[in-house]
Amino acid sequence: MSGFGGFLLRRAVGTAVTLLAISVLVYVVFYATPGNVAQITCGPRCSPEQVHQVAQQLKLGDPLYLRYWHFLEGIFVGQDYSTGTSVAHCPAPCLGLSYQSDQQVMDIILTKLPVSLSLVLGAMVLWLVIGVGTGVLSAWRRGRFSERVLTAVTLAGWATPVFVLGLVLMIVVCGELQLLPFPQYVNFADDPEQWAWNLLLPWLSLALIEAAAFARLTRAAMLETLAEDHIRTFRAYGVGERAIVGRHALRGALAPVIALNANNVGSAVGGAVLTETLFGLPGIGQELVHAVKVVDLPVVVGMVLVVGFFVVIANAVADVLYAVADRRVVLA
Amino acid sequence: MSEALVASQPPGTDTPVPGASGARQFWRRLRAQRAALVAAAVVALLVLVALAAPLLTALEGQDPTTYHPSLIDSARGGVPIGSFGGISADHWLGVEPQTGRDLFARLAYGARVSLAVALAATVLQVFLGIVIGVASALGNRWVDQLLSRVTDIIVALPLMIMSLALLAIVPSSFPRPVLVSLVIGLIAWGNIAKIVRAQTLTLKGLDYVLAARLSGWGAWRIARRELLPGLAAPVITYAALLVPTNISAEAALSFLGVGVKPPTPSWGQMLTAADVWYQAAPQYLLLPAGALFVTVLALTVLGDGVRTALDPRAASRLRVGTGRRNETGGAGTGKEETS
Repeated sequence: MSGFGGFLLRRAVGTAVTLLAISVLVYVVFYATPGNVAQITCGPRCSPEQVHQVAQQLKLGDPLYLRYWHFLEGIFVGQDYSTGTSVAHCPAPCLGLSYQSDQQVMDIILTKLPVSLSLVLGAMVLWLVIGVGTGVLSAWRRGRFSERVLTAVTLAGWATPVFVLGLVLMIVVCGELQLLPFPQYVNFADDPEQWAWNLLLPWLSLALIEAAAFARLTRAAMLETLAEDHIRTFRAYGVGERAIVGRHALRGALAPVIALNANNVGSAVGGAVLTETLFGLPGIGQELVHAVKVVDLPVVVGMVLVVGFFVVIANAVADVLYAVADRRVVLA
Repeated sequence: MSEALVASQPPGTDTPVPGASGARQFWRRLRAQRAALVAAAVVALLVLVALAAPLLTALEGQDPTTYHPSLIDSARGGVPIGSFGGISADHWLGVEPQTGRDLFARLAYGARVSLAVALAATVLQVFLGIVIGVASALGNRWVDQLLSRVTDIIVALPLMIMSLALLAIVPSSFPRPVLVSLVIGLIAWGNIAKIVRAQTLTLKGLDYVLAARLSGWGAWRIARRELLPGLAAPVITYAALLVPTNISAEAALSFLGVGVKPPTPSWGQMLTAADVWYQAAPQYLLLPAGALFVTVLALTVLGDGVRTALDPRAASRLRVGTGRRNETGGAGTGKEETS
């Protein structure tokens, strides 16, 4: 099969295979470890009876491939959990049950997801605007003093850990200057204005750090394009510098920026974990850190799968966008 | 991204000196970059502090783990007694709030932990990357398919999330710094494997490797004698940028309270509680934050300098003569899963 449809189909199959492989890897790493899996899954505070129940629930007596199949079944069909006295049904996609809070992992994730999405998507808009803007500016002002300043600022952003920048911002803006109250998450549905004000600092912290990579990439890609023959031809025809940099050279940076944005999703999620923990935003990241500290394995595994899912999907979408931006990719 | 981040890239660094050996040319090109030299000096100083931490703290007369309750004003919630967070001749940088542990000692020993964890993780990443990349490029179609798929998956997994998760299931009796470097090393080798695979595929088609194959050399001997030298430039370039990434990763994990745990000091971990104390003891926040910033900055600038000095793309163009673009893609961005 050839053409764009074939390309889409190949990408879709590849993505599905990757997702399945990730689920195998995650399952093997977390549920086939040496040691008492039922005890680890149930958590340190479980009684022997509860551990026994969890062992039955996970079908630990079965061979590994059957257990994995059982786990997949839960995701696609749903599963029943007996909690001793009653039976709880966990509808698909079922990521299991937290034995420490007796909540379904999917429910926990769904209540936390809006916070994390608010943070990451808002920050993404900012880092694309700031990063690409800085890159364009420094390619345009190349060789001048202002370019050196931009390069130095970019480098500083590159080298600053997100939690250091967040800490400093919080202390200066909220503590010393008292321009903003210390962030406290407000639901978008409850009060959009307060939602944005409270997310402003977390957005900025995450975005400024991530923007550095985009500024670097945009500048490099634009300088590379500016050195190409067709730009010289434009110049010879008398096209103005602003149009050359702003339109033609920027086009050369488009595809790499899309690719980096997809590759960056994983890094941004890591940054979001830190930002949420630092600012006390009740998102997936904060919950994950909590689950890791109390060793709530089903929650940890569920979150790894959900985040992995988002990252792989983002990469697939970026591949398609990349192909739209540059049709030669389809042939490769 | 062939463009180095450092602005002071001198012109004419690309012209090879006839007769100069690879290593000498590398040093010559590295020395020509002022920013890289400054960064190298800073890194050298940091390494020195890390190595000499026991000596330096002995000179100060302190150690990183002893509590000094007498230096803490418990009536005011654990604020260090004295001005500037308790700076004195005995405690060069003051003491930690609440515990009264010596800050200089914790900072110096923290440098040890940061650098050791990052270096160990980098060594592991490079080792795995080379083994898997070379095996993938030299193996048959199925081996290549399998290893490439595995590499793709590893690249897709977010480092922070995976390491958080892995740190959850390992018993707490396992030594934490070793565990953190193992976890970072085992998760983030994907990009380097991709680079190695691409470069090996290029090298495999070259005449001198072909000649070695036709002379009946075994795969192992070819890999060791003919391929590894050709892999050095891209691997060193990427590894140099992995070190600061790994330092940030360790700091982030320790900041979250799941990496290196007290009493072992680590810069990221020192920042966990620092925001509460910024008014009483600002250096408790500023010192580890500054140390992290300077270290990552210096290592990044040095890494950029190394890249400019090695310039694998120009080098491979010279050698291969095809002028085709580096197919490794992600290599140039350097930064993986940091924070």
